[in-house]
Amino acid sequence: MKKIAFLFALAFAIIGCNNDDDVAVDAAVTFEFTQNWDGDPVTASNFNGASSYTNALGTTLTISKLRYLISGIELHKADGSTIKFDDYQLIDVTDVNSLKLNPTLRVPTGEYTGISFIYGFNEADNVSGAYPDLNAASWNWPDMLGGGYHFMQMEGKYEDANGALQSYAYHHGTARVSEGVFEQNYLSFDFERNVTISGDTSIEIKMDVSEWYKNPYTWDLNVYDTDLMMNYAAQKYMHDNGASVFSIGAISQ
Amino acid sequence: MKILKYFFGVLILSLFIACSSSDPDPIDPNEDYVPTPKPLAVPPIFKRLLPPPNIPADNPQTVEGVALGRKLFFDPILSGDGTQACASCHQPSNSFSDTNRFSVGIDGLEGTRNSMPIYNMAWSTTDKFFWDGRANSIEEQALGPVENPVEMHNTWENAVASLQSHAAYPEMFNKAFGTSNITKELTAKAIAQFERTLISANSPFDKYLLGEGSLTPQELNGFQIFMDESRGDCFHCHGNDNSPLWTDNAFHNNGLDAIITDKGLGEVTGDPNHDGLFKSPSLRNLAFTAPYMHDGRFATLDEVINHYSEGLVYSRTIDPLMKAVSRGGVHLTESDKADLKAFLLSLSDSSFINNPDFQDPN
Repeated sequence: MKKIAFLFALAFAIIGCNNDDDVAVDAAVTFEFTQNWDGDPVTASNFNGASSYTNALGTTLTISKLRYLISGIELHKADGSTIKFDDYQLIDVTDVNSLKLNPTLRVPTGEYTGISFIYGFNEADNVSGAYPDLNAASWNWPDMLGGGYHFMQMEGKYEDANGALQSYAYHHGTARVSEGVFEQNYLSFDFERNVTISGDTSIEIKMDVSEWYKNPYTWDLNVYDTDLMMNYAAQKYMHDNGASVFSIGAISQ
Repeated sequence: MKILKYFFGVLILSLFIACSSSDPDPIDPNEDYVPTPKPLAVPPIFKRLLPPPNIPADNPQTVEGVALGRKLFFDPILSGDGTQACASCHQPSNSFSDTNRFSVGIDGLEGTRNSMPIYNMAWSTTDKFFWDGRANSIEEQALGPVENPVEMHNTWENAVASLQSHAAYPEMFNKAFGTSNITKELTAKAIAQFERTLISANSPFDKYLLGEGSLTPQELNGFQIFMDESRGDCFHCHGNDNSPLWTDNAFHNNGLDAIITDKGLGEVTGDPNHDGLFKSPSLRNLAFTAPYMHDGRFATLDEVINHYSEGLVYSRTIDPLMKAVSRGGVHLTESDKADLKAFLLSLSDSSFINNPDFQDPN
């Protein structure tokens, strides 16, 4: 009986609070990370040979791993101010929990004009060993290659010219120019998108995987399949192709 | 309105107090008993680089729980004929593995997998235990061997009855869990608490990272080979200087067999794409854990290195990180192999196997 009275009192108190002078002026934002191959959804169910893809060069390939890092997400308000999220997200297509980021920071309701984010980490954030969860995920990029963290690991198999299956490990991070000389290799994205946030909002960040092989460099897996991390040319081709990989998809409230 | 809020605040507070103090559960008279908390001692290198240890909310570490778990771990009482303890196949001197390719159970039967070493379990990021990932927690893992017919070959009903009629155990369970009514779940919880205390992070390489020790030029060169994608490329699955677990805790087919006979993870998930995948073991304490691989096929570290260097064979689910498979691997030079081995051995921690807190208390 005491417990019932307690619950009643608690419910009444909560309702009382809501009816008080607290007017909702902020909203929760969720970022949803989706992947597609030229428009067709790519999920873990497509991995390990369940689906084959043909890249721009015409090479048939499968995917067994796709992990990538997004950081520095910002929402831009119509009044010129910016909402900055401290979060970073290691997306692993085989881990559904990683496909959504729910920042603790809430955003003011109102008019917004765009969203920006970083693929990978920028120089300031790409510090070797600085993130325990990424360390535990073995996401580190070797110090001999500039250190910090991987930006992406995409792996699988492709058919070579003889029809034999070969492995590829399309791993992206800081580019090593020469011994001890490194070049930043992340990508900043800034998308204009007018949206009125009036309540809790979900924003889709899309990756078109096919773009990694397409534009401007037509990727040849027969040339660049493995041992790409220390390969400066391959790292820069990845960087250049990455510019057309991401887009903003559905925004729902 | 403020007065109303204050009134409800007082009301809620008083009800909380009333609920907690005057509503004892009549089933368990020891509900209020709290064993002595004993948080894990997190080593400095883990504190610096890794997330906090993963302790389940329903099985906190306690002095009494760990003591009970330690006694159980070394006590053959859990086996069908009272001859075999957890420690029979998980010996401290072997980093809690044993020296056999396949361990032998109480009936003289061999298993099909190599006994896994036990350490740093609270940092197992994927919560998948056994070589094939079939247990989802350490507690669940600890339940397995007692009833396994090629291991301890007992029933839990019988094991619990033996514990219940023992002179010391009922009181030890009472001190650990507030009840002397022994169950298999509480037994597994106690063993899991002890296992979580088995922390190894004091190898020469750890001391080097902490600035407390140095490595030989050969060991340092071996580390470079380990981290070089075109030579060892060990780090993608086995950690690195910023990921000191020395495992990714994930599952891979590392090119051992052209025809998969032991499906490993695939047997558990039913997914043929998981056939031949096994959990990456940590590279700590290799000096004590021979033989190697899920089936203990390699007696020495040299054989392991030779496998990755020139012994890889293709199968459908082989991990893409196994490279140059058509040539058997990347063909390290003999000098590189020797240096890599020297580095690997610098991850062995003799203070771990000699830790008095981890030895047989019985």
